[in-house]
Amino acid sequence: MSNFTKKQVADLVKGSLDWDTLHMMLSMPKDKERYANYMSVLQDQVSWDDRIIMAFGPHLFLAETIDDKSLVTKCSCGHDFGDYRTNWKLNALIYVRDDEEKMQQVYPKLMAPDTSWQVYREYYCPTCGVMHDIEAPTPWYPVIHDFQPDIPALFDWLDLPAPVNA
Amino acid sequence: MTIQEKFNGESSRQVSLLKSGLTLNEHRNLILKRTEDSGFYNGLERLEFKETDPIGYERIFSKLRAGLVNSREVAKKIAASPIVEQEGELCFTLYNVAGDCIATSTGIIIHVGTMGAAIKYMIQNNWEANPGINPGDMFTNNDCQIGNVHPCDIATIVPIFHEGELIGWVGGVTHVIDVGAVGPGSMSNGQVQRFGDGVQITCRKTGINDTPLRDWLHESQRNVRTPKYWILDEKTRIAGCHMIRDLVEETIREEGMEAYEKFATEVIEDGRRGLASRIKAMTIPGKIKTVAFVDVPYAHEDVVVPSPFAKVDTIMHAPCEITIKPDATWRLDFEGCSRWGWHTYNANPVAFTSGIWVMMTQSLVPTERINDGARYATEFRLPKGTWTNPDDRRTAHADAWHFLVSSWSSLWRGVSRTYFGRGYLEEVNAGNSNPCNWLQGGGINQEGEIHAVNSFETAACGTGACAVKDGLNHAAAIWNPEGDMGDIEIWELAEPLLYMGRTIKTNTGGYGKYRGGLGFETLRMVWGSADWTMFFMGNGYMNSDWGLMGGYPAATGYRFEAHNTGLLERIEEGKSLPLGKDRDPSECELEKHLSKDALVKRDKQCITTEAIFENGDLYLNYLRGGPGFGDPLDRDITGVENDLNQNFVLPEFAEKIYGVVISQDSDDTWHVDEEKTLQRRAAVRKERIARGTPTREWMETERQSILDKDASVQVQQMFASSFDLSESFLNEFKTFWDLPEKWDLLEESLGIPMFGAKHHMDISELPDVHPVIMTEQ
Repeated sequence: MSNFTKKQVADLVKGSLDWDTLHMMLSMPKDKERYANYMSVLQDQVSWDDRIIMAFGPHLFLAETIDDKSLVTKCSCGHDFGDYRTNWKLNALIYVRDDEEKMQQVYPKLMAPDTSWQVYREYYCPTCGVMHDIEAPTPWYPVIHDFQPDIPALFDWLDLPAPVNA
Repeated sequence: MTIQEKFNGESSRQVSLLKSGLTLNEHRNLILKRTEDSGFYNGLERLEFKETDPIGYERIFSKLRAGLVNSREVAKKIAASPIVEQEGELCFTLYNVAGDCIATSTGIIIHVGTMGAAIKYMIQNNWEANPGINPGDMFTNNDCQIGNVHPCDIATIVPIFHEGELIGWVGGVTHVIDVGAVGPGSMSNGQVQRFGDGVQITCRKTGINDTPLRDWLHESQRNVRTPKYWILDEKTRIAGCHMIRDLVEETIREEGMEAYEKFATEVIEDGRRGLASRIKAMTIPGKIKTVAFVDVPYAHEDVVVPSPFAKVDTIMHAPCEITIKPDATWRLDFEGCSRWGWHTYNANPVAFTSGIWVMMTQSLVPTERINDGARYATEFRLPKGTWTNPDDRRTAHADAWHFLVSSWSSLWRGVSRTYFGRGYLEEVNAGNSNPCNWLQGGGINQEGEIHAVNSFETAACGTGACAVKDGLNHAAAIWNPEGDMGDIEIWELAEPLLYMGRTIKTNTGGYGKYRGGLGFETLRMVWGSADWTMFFMGNGYMNSDWGLMGGYPAATGYRFEAHNTGLLERIEEGKSLPLGKDRDPSECELEKHLSKDALVKRDKQCITTEAIFENGDLYLNYLRGGPGFGDPLDRDITGVENDLNQNFVLPEFAEKIYGVVISQDSDDTWHVDEEKTLQRRAAVRKERIARGTPTREWMETERQSILDKDASVQVQQMFASSFDLSESFLNEFKTFWDLPEKWDLLEESLGIPMFGAKHHMDISELPDVHPVIMTEQ
């Protein structure tokens, strides 16, 4: 098993890691320490103090608040989407591309879906406007709760103490 | 693990094939029982051989694996079909007595499961009594009701004996170019039932004493359009199987029978543990929900099928709940899938479960140790009656890939969320392209022979973006071993279609911080043919891939074909020609070089059936791009600059999507103004906030459209079909939208034919047929 430095993990997150190291990360057994390094790198990127537990996206995190140790979904800008067990998308802004004109803002004519079959739903942070996710379902499709992690089980795998409210 | 159903019916033979005296079915049932009781394959709580003689264990593995790969590489040189010889669409796999895979070659490894299912079918249906299993026998199978993906994957299966006792099996499979279906080509359209899907062979004994039977040879060759390729493909499979049989005999001579027998079961338990170990090392336990869709636009006039009840627009629905458990096993549940249909995209459960390993070998199991162990570490649930577990024996499967690869694309996204969450960004993949178009057709070729084609350029679509880099351009398709578009010169030998151009397809990669890989386009002019037809096969009205974490899906497909082009005259006269760069479809660039009388079809109807193409007609083969990752406003500006200068993106969309401020210098090089771009991107974020609606507020309007039944018929048909098969999906839907308790949506209310919805007959209802069931249903 290989071990990687925090600097290498930071470069990975930034997208600037050299190919040789990246290839090693791909081909060698996974480094269990990655989690701690990764969380530390992510924590350095945000201006708030709540503890990042997991990444749901490049700008979207599961965080443990310093006030009451509750677990929330949080944008990198600090916007709080509420309890992590609730689908964060329900507390986001949505923009639905549901006609040809809106689709042609994204792709040339003939290269976007026909909106009587499929729409694009873009989910934005209400505070900073970052786009956290795009769904491409049929009309009527329920908003998808993509991921509900089993946090105690993960921390058991990591041999680390789980957050108290997990 | 999924508990497999055991068949306890009669099986008999005067003399047992096994040292134990058991019938093959008794032997397999014993393994299943030990596995079920203990949770370990065949009850192997300890890997005794591996632990006491690790070198000997690895020696056997290395020898067998190297021999399998070598046999594939040697045997494929026999084939003449570019699908096999150029693209590598073949695979050889070694099985133990029970039909569980020990090791496999490189290649189309989906057939680890499909050939295993055929062996298990022979075991369960008492082939040892009739037609008998003897040294030197060969069996041929391509039956989709047994587990094959589509009829064009033909498997040759050879039993391996040692001192008169059966000790295992070897299977070899090739993707043949034509199976004599209604539509020409290996994955054709036009037929809507099994009875038009081409020749289907059910584990038939086709050879004895290492020699193919003459009646088989005569019958099979005349049932397909391309006998030359068919014959050489069969020789390829037989040669590979016999090389591997020799290899096993040699291994037993060197290592001893006892060591080989222990290895042949321990290696599967080892594989089961290997998957669990990787799941624990890379993923996050919990529940992941994901979904995929595929458009089936059959109401269009250019889809001509024999049955009027198939002339409906429908949508394939494949929701999946992935549960990664604390014990590092996982469950994939496809509750809510839509019904099978009257088209060629239905799939057997084995095709589904075996196929996902093609994908997982690229992330979760990236080793050469592919065997049935991973299947034993996975629970699959594929509800009966759905498109991936039909409850009717009439279903057609010629292009099962169309649905399969689309549904798997969503699994990439789902599992990638867990890699990303823990920091293994290098493993993230936003999904795969919908690998298409499939250029297919047939008639009389440039050699004056009856011919059929299926261009495998599709094997080199754009790949999905990673979380640390762009997807690869025109590089691979998820199901293909080699990621090779094939040489133009070879395709021109194989097909009466000249290349007018082959170029990267602008704007096809999904936008994102890291964009999806771009697809490519080839413009083909029909030349040297007679009585020639072609058709299109791909996605057009919908995308089956989505972007990930803010990335956009790839572009959808469109169709371009042109007839009465005047091109042969333009060539004579030295006039300008269309050279295949259809960068912006709204510009209609190709039409500028055609006769004014040309008949052009440029639209989103990407599934068609046979249309007549004369020499000089044009066909645009557009191979799709992959989905993107992350918010496009985070894309590095040098990346956008490069995209512009390489024609990867049109300037209009670079500005709109990436929020860049650009200019072009005197030598046409594009530049991005960094400072102005930062300002512009900040403004775009504000524009998003201004145009966005709180999701819960939007849900009220969407709920009203549901109450008003305001959606296209195909959307309503999809939901109605899923609701009919899944009460839990219906309840979930009603709960989410807070619909009245009595709300319902019935297919009967839509005014379209619904053949097969209420009346169907499963293969298990045939006399003396005992299907092998390896998933929950």
